[in-house]
Amino acid sequence: MTSLSITSPKPAARAARARLDWFQIGLLAVCGLLTTGALIYGGYLLTVFQLAMIYGIFCIGLNFFMGYTGQASFGQNAFACIGGYGSAILCVQYGWEPALALIASMVVAGVAALLIGYPTLRLRGHYLAMATFSLGLITYDISIQWTSLTQGYMGYAGIPPLGIAGFEIESERWKLVALAALLGFAFWISQRMRDSRFGRGLRAISGSENGAAALGIRVPRFKLIAFVIAALYASAAGSLFAHTVGFISPEVFGPQMAIITFTMLYVGGVGTMIGPIVGAIVASVLPEIFRSVGKFQDIAYAVVLLGMLIYAPKGLSSLGKLFRPRKKEEA
Amino acid sequence: MTVAADAAHLIAVRDLAARYGHIEALRPTNLHVAPGEFVTILGPNGAGKTTLLRAMTRLIASTGQVVFRGRDVTSLKTHQLADLGIIMVQEGRGLFGDMSVRENLKIGAYKLAGSQVDHDRQLEKVFSLFPRLKERISQTASSMSGGEQQMLAVGRALMADPKLLILDEPSLGLAPRVATEILSTLGALNKEGLGILLVEQKAPLALKLAQRVYILSSGSVRAELPTHEIKSHHDLALYYFS
Repeated sequence: MTSLSITSPKPAARAARARLDWFQIGLLAVCGLLTTGALIYGGYLLTVFQLAMIYGIFCIGLNFFMGYTGQASFGQNAFACIGGYGSAILCVQYGWEPALALIASMVVAGVAALLIGYPTLRLRGHYLAMATFSLGLITYDISIQWTSLTQGYMGYAGIPPLGIAGFEIESERWKLVALAALLGFAFWISQRMRDSRFGRGLRAISGSENGAAALGIRVPRFKLIAFVIAALYASAAGSLFAHTVGFISPEVFGPQMAIITFTMLYVGGVGTMIGPIVGAIVASVLPEIFRSVGKFQDIAYAVVLLGMLIYAPKGLSSLGKLFRPRKKEEA
Repeated sequence: MTVAADAAHLIAVRDLAARYGHIEALRPTNLHVAPGEFVTILGPNGAGKTTLLRAMTRLIASTGQVVFRGRDVTSLKTHQLADLGIIMVQEGRGLFGDMSVRENLKIGAYKLAGSQVDHDRQLEKVFSLFPRLKERISQTASSMSGGEQQMLAVGRALMADPKLLILDEPSLGLAPRVATEILSTLGALNKEGLGILLVEQKAPLALKLAQRVYILSSGSVRAELPTHEIKSHHDLALYYFS
């Protein structure tokens, strides 16, 4: 007899976990093939996919806060800024190991998110969006003005590549491999959290804050934790950017980053499992494809993005639902 | 009235009042539910029924006192009241539409720190009351019919092992047969000893099940009486519009 257990981590509960449909598996396979293609082809494509992996990590965190918890944030670039500058300063000024600098920066970003999130997350909807957007702007301004720490517009150069215990990943190909592995790890962690009791609580908040509270879920605390998790991911992405490119300046973590990552998340599918990864790769590759149309590149890119948002409002990773047989739901 | 005086009640509210801006939606109201009692609140649209429930469960700011099982819980938050066993099925069901039936039920059991056996016992109880949920276990909540959704909303609340179940118009928008089925289930739960506070527009059905009724109109309690004292709709209308 089939067990109907709903809380056990054993087989029946595992069956309850969200599964990828065939369309999503196909999309992931295409993303994997494209990344492999870039790895083989080399050259500029390596950089494009390295950045796509980094943005993918950023978006997985953003998806935690915006997708699963249903909150608005336009200020996660602030935490990427902390991560990027944390890594740069600790490695360049103090000679820290890159991996340790990355972890230390994540801790700082997490504490900052805790302190900022506690008062900010009392806001809802548009007010929260505006508050987080201003957080990103303030951090951007600090990175420009506090020259004794950040070196202003000059930024930091000579940031060592990712590595540990004296071993550094110098090859661009191996950097991409390492970033893809880290993206996979970040994805795995996020899925574990999504399918946990805590993750279900977050998704309940996304459905209805009052409804979640009425069932005993501590809504403010959960929102704060989700905000901190998103900040940790953003910080890791900022650090990885610094160690991959080797140079950072305030523009890297400016408002444009918030817009790009927001676009990626919605193109891939906000609140979906693979949306952040698909969105990051598609939104990184598309501008390169349209490079051939010269000065119309931005227009072509914008038209395609608009088309996606009109015809796939729930993101590319949800397109499979259009073709899915409905017999199960109608049974 | 003191907390000690309310200790015999499952829940008692004293002078509970709430406002929406300048509008006084609920005037100081007194109400109580005894252990194992089925109490219904009737009243016309805009009487303040939902506001009363939301004020009791701290979903909106209010003044007054709430005592639950002899303990003053006025300063507690909604999730803390849920921890104590006050579970509310909100108007409109408040289901998590993108989640499956299984996930919604899991969320219902969220506050339970009991063993796996306790969880499974709750689940079996819900399935015995609403067998259709067992058939729909993998289906998303939003894809179910209104009646099934209401069954899920009640089932999810039962997963939390409530001491007091509060329901805000569970029959809203349902076919009479389905509404009767759900309300009858509530009656059966009450017979097992569960305290129920029900806000309902379908008065005849609610009056059949409840032992006591509060009639609310224009934000205040017009009458509190045993249900057997209400003989006809005319009696109700008298209180509604008096």
